[in-house]
Amino acid sequence: MRTHLENTGKKLITLVSYMGGASILLGKTLLWLPVPPIKRKPIFGQLYKIGVQSLPIVSLISLFTGMVLALQSAYQMQRLSAEMYIASLVSLSMTRELGPVLTALIVAGRVGAAITAEIGTMKVTEQIDALETLATNPVRYLIVPRFIALVLMLPLLTIYSDMIGIIGGYIIGTYKLHIAHNMYMKMTYEPLVLKDLVTGLLKALTFGIIICTVSCFEGMRTEGGAEGVGKATTLSVVISFIMIIAADCLITALFYFAFR
Amino acid sequence: MIEIINLSKKFGDHQVLDSMNLDINKGETTVIIGRSGVGKSVLLKHIIGIMKPDSGQVFIDREDISRLRGKNIVKFRLKFGMLFQGAALFDSLSVGENVGFSLFEHTNLNKAEIYKKVKRALQLVGLEGIENLKPAELSGGMRKRVGLARAICRDPEIILYDEPTTGVDPIMGDAINHLIRELHDKLSVTSIAVTHDMTSAYKIADRIAMLYQGKIIATGTPDEIKNSSNPVVHQFITGSSIGPITNN
Ligand SMILES: Nc1ncnc2c1ncn2[C@@H]1O[C@H](COP(=O)(O)OP(=O)(O)O)[C@@H](O)[C@H]1O
Ligand SMILES: [Mg+2]
Repeated sequence: MRTHLENTGKKLITLVSYMGGASILLGKTLLWLPVPPIKRKPIFGQLYKIGVQSLPIVSLISLFTGMVLALQSAYQMQRLSAEMYIASLVSLSMTRELGPVLTALIVAGRVGAAITAEIGTMKVTEQIDALETLATNPVRYLIVPRFIALVLMLPLLTIYSDMIGIIGGYIIGTYKLHIAHNMYMKMTYEPLVLKDLVTGLLKALTFGIIICTVSCFEGMRTEGGAEGVGKATTLSVVISFIMIIAADCLITALFYFAFR
Repeated sequence: MIEIINLSKKFGDHQVLDSMNLDINKGETTVIIGRSGVGKSVLLKHIIGIMKPDSGQVFIDREDISRLRGKNIVKFRLKFGMLFQGAALFDSLSVGENVGFSLFEHTNLNKAEIYKKVKRALQLVGLEGIENLKPAELSGGMRKRVGLARAICRDPEIILYDEPTTGVDPIMGDAINHLIRELHDKLSVTSIAVTHDMTSAYKIADRIAMLYQGKIIATGTPDEIKNSSNPVVHQFITGSSIGPITNN
């Protein structure tokens, strides 16, 4: 009983100190964010890596998700002869939920892992120490450009993902289920209100902050050579995924109960 | 010039530095010797202030570096150049951008002016025309020399060397020893090197100090260390597997 309590206590302490460490890193990032001079070149480099290079995979997954959503709901809706509601279902699910969450999971796997591996390698090969000896703050030099890029790009990618998902639904809806073009478009836009878009974008912004903080924190605390980098990278993706889903739940609940 | 007073540092239960003391004179090359894992790199990181001590002080020109924050620490860091054990070159940057890193980051010089200084630093370490290569394209010895060029590019007053000759072939090792001596003579800098390579230590040192169990147990000129009556020092410098170090 006692050891059980001790173990639970230890795990709790680890969790709290992890959250504390990550929050401190986020705080430092926010403090360095507005400090001039702000160099454009590294920010554009990250915008390209994080945003542009994610387009193909985001397109692919969003298109298929939109198509599958339409097909799956077709079973139910056809029975009720309410096929035109498929359009609304796809557009609402994409903008509120799937667009932001899928995009965030893709970016966490693609970009978050790469950030952890890169910063982690720099840590174990003493490049982070070298930055400091050259009087350069690692948070400012490494993390701030990634933070700006993630926080800008995730909402943009999310809007893009919403659109591609809706196009996927449209393809199935009009070509396969023979819903008229005008009807499909009407039913796509009609139920959408500003709140749906705002919820989606707020989620995207939060996920961007989560991905940046977790992947950079894991990178900065990497220890133990190449093996350590591998472990940190895996952990970074797993923790990002969990935090993204948890935050998604929280924000959805918040909007459901607080801003009806 | 550099005074280390009662410096202690612990990782978990492992007491790495145990209230150690050491004075380092201006313009001299001091070599700190000791076995692998004794805490030599940890000591260097305390001297340059990237690790904070549990207790004790490191004074550089009468200022306690472990107390400095923000802008002051930037000003202080620029007095130093450090060569890391694995060179620690930035993989994503070219050799030229590595060597000129702190000029790009902390001055308003234009690219041509910076590259002039980069070229001079590379010449000092015997390299030329490699500004556009990436660190991954260099051999181990070249990486070390580029790391050295980066350390001296801003004319530091103090240069720290972490095992400058470890991991390079003996001939390159000797070339690096020559280089360290030459930099000392030409630029009259204060140098601190840590190593377990005694050949190198004798070649470059004005003074040698031995780190053992968290403390400095002996200091002296290379000749004094060679003739030391301390059994621990004697075992280490003769490289014997039998003696007080290995008995406990
Ligand atoms: N950041 C750190 N966290 C935990 N332990 C460390 C850290 N840095 C060094 N150590 C430990 O301190 C001891 C001395 O390390 P180091 O100074 O690298 O030895 P060396 O004399 O070979 O340079 C080692 O046992 C090492 O494991
Ligand atoms: Mg070392």
